[in-house]
Amino acid sequence: MASLIGFYSLIFGLCVSFLIIFFSIKNFKNSHIFDKKIISFTFLQFFFVIVSFLGLILSFVHSDFSNQTVFNHSHTTKPLFYKISGTWGNHEGSLLLWLLVLTLFIFLFLLKSKNQSKKYRILTLLFQQIIIIGFFIFVIKTSNPFNYIFPVPKEGLGLNPILQDPALAIHPPILYLGYVGTSIIFSSTLAATSLNYISKEWAKHIKQWILISWIFLTLGILLGSIWAYYELGWGGFWFWDPVENVSLMPWLALTSLLHCILVLEKRLVLTSWVVVLSISTFTLSMCGTFLVRSGILNSVHTFANDPERGLFILIFLFCLVFLSLFIFFFFHKTQNKDSNSFFWLSKETSILINNWFMIYFLSVVLIGTTYPIFLEVISSEKISVGPPFYNKLIIPFLIPFLLAMAIGPKLNWIKSDLKKKFYLILFLIISLLLSVIIIKSLNINFLVNTILVTSAFYLFFITLRDFFIKGFKNLSQNLTHFGFSLLILSILFNNIFSTEIITNLKIGETFKTDKYKIIFENIEQKDEQNFKAIIGKFNIENSDGKTEILKPELRIYNQPTIVTSEADIKTNFLVDKFITMNLVQNQDYFNIRYQIKPFMLWIWFSVLLISFGGLISLFKKKYEV
Amino acid sequence: MYGRKVKLRFFFIILILLTLILSTFLILRSLEENVVYFQSPSEIKVISEINKKKIRIGGMVKVDSISMATKEIKFIITDFKNEINVIYSGVVPNLFTEGKGVVAEGYLKDKNFFLATKILAKHDENYMPPEVKAALEEK
Repeated sequence: MASLIGFYSLIFGLCVSFLIIFFSIKNFKNSHIFDKKIISFTFLQFFFVIVSFLGLILSFVHSDFSNQTVFNHSHTTKPLFYKISGTWGNHEGSLLLWLLVLTLFIFLFLLKSKNQSKKYRILTLLFQQIIIIGFFIFVIKTSNPFNYIFPVPKEGLGLNPILQDPALAIHPPILYLGYVGTSIIFSSTLAATSLNYISKEWAKHIKQWILISWIFLTLGILLGSIWAYYELGWGGFWFWDPVENVSLMPWLALTSLLHCILVLEKRLVLTSWVVVLSISTFTLSMCGTFLVRSGILNSVHTFANDPERGLFILIFLFCLVFLSLFIFFFFHKTQNKDSNSFFWLSKETSILINNWFMIYFLSVVLIGTTYPIFLEVISSEKISVGPPFYNKLIIPFLIPFLLAMAIGPKLNWIKSDLKKKFYLILFLIISLLLSVIIIKSLNINFLVNTILVTSAFYLFFITLRDFFIKGFKNLSQNLTHFGFSLLILSILFNNIFSTEIITNLKIGETFKTDKYKIIFENIEQKDEQNFKAIIGKFNIENSDGKTEILKPELRIYNQPTIVTSEADIKTNFLVDKFITMNLVQNQDYFNIRYQIKPFMLWIWFSVLLISFGGLISLFKKKYEV
Repeated sequence: MYGRKVKLRFFFIILILLTLILSTFLILRSLEENVVYFQSPSEIKVISEINKKKIRIGGMVKVDSISMATKEIKFIITDFKNEINVIYSGVVPNLFTEGKGVVAEGYLKDKNFFLATKILAKHDENYMPPEVKAALEEK
């Protein structure tokens, strides 16, 4: 029943789209007042998608296995929480979530943009409706979440256990708010371009939307990263996995867009940049969806491989890109006045430099992600691009990037000089000395690490100084830059100081190195509702005699039958101790991995700081300089 | 003479072009150095010389071939025509099982021995690395 309502809501939602388009065009041509009917219809559409989404959730909660999506991804023994989160833990449901966010954002946009011109609002709505219709057809035609199966199965196939996790339950909605939220930036930029509406006021208005997407995207990536850290048992936070990359690419584009829009807001320059970046941000989001949903990239996000789906998104993507390029080339007018030029040493230049670096990072990630696909198509050779590629190409460029991040905000608009800014050099010397002291005591590549740590410390101290001197002025920008320096520092020290021990042990055996002693004491079994657990007990002895007990688990899920290993992590302020165990079939040995990862907590914390900075900027518009 | 402005713009365009060329060059070169090729045991058998580069080998874990010790795990990867011995010390994934698909990343010692630095296996029935899937389909 719930499925039926859900399905018809979808159809109705699509129909409302055509009504909206009809009334919008009528309103666009005729009257001067914005037609209130349009808002009501937009709400109606949003409402239908919500009903449809609730219908799917209800089917999941009731374990209605006549619904194919529920049958494929749920099971009666699954806890209620994961029944609900299972709704978006699959291809069909997650696309419904796409649609939900698309309609939610356009509805909010119409409510929030009352001060903007009527034509601009309507045109934005029209562009957004094109995307919405595309996705409606996509959902209904190729990935209907409400397919009926008969005879009705008694039991479902269950949700992949690695998705049965609290962080992963909220990861998709948060990520989507950012990822799909970029659609509204795309639509409104296209609308503003075609109406030649781009102005300082427009920049101020669109900045809010960019910030919202950016905050959610940052948090979504953070959640995914935390999940991968403890659930996949690889013991890292970023693997340059294609699926991570497709979320990073829109983030990079969005971040540079955020910086550009600040310039646009103050100085009305870089308009072309803003348009190009808005278009590419959403295009990258769509590309990401295409890559993970078409089955070209294989990962936990690839739910089901269906070439038809991939083809649909690809065609739709090309249409959108073509449309936006058309608008950009034929409607976009550059304001090339002399008053808009700026001196080489100015805030504008530093933001442009920042942008160039961002675009460079973006292209590195893009090439690394897509090159294997192209190569396989062209020469049928199978390759993979691993972390060394990214490390080599990104890390060296982080140095000037960090320095520019520290110095840039110190410059003035239009023209600036560095007189009375001796402290900039002073801080550089302090950072250099500090890094030399730290790195020298370690047995690692001196030059590269020192320069890297120096530039990160530099940004760290400069932003720290600003907290004391400027107080709440520019707090958001300062906070995010501070957070970024903290992130880079934590990552660097995490890399430098991490150690790991990998060994195979039988129960009761002990493994000794000069620093640690790992005693595998025993295992016990435990039965839970949806899995059986084998819990190992490990006693880890430090060289100074301190012992710690860690209990990693092996879980054997009943539906579907999958073994996963649950890491046991002892976290404190400075260091994470991380242990996983694995069982190899028909062997007495357990495969043990013990890792000591410093500053993990700080990595998560600094990303939180970064998004918190964005949040402040969203709520505190007045004090911006 | 051209004005200062034109000169400046010209200079900027040259700079941008140079950056573009340089970064493309950099990216392509690192790609060449850092990509990992995927090969099957049968392909290994016919290569003429042992390359020092990192590669991936994919196939099935031969039944009854896994043997473990404290330091290392030994097993055989087979594509049902040829096989190769793998020595590995490191973490094995949960679904590393005899008779199932596997991908080993590492270095060739000779045509029969492979020193693996990383093992990838299927996540579960639905989620697996593309190479494993390809290896399974070829079977």
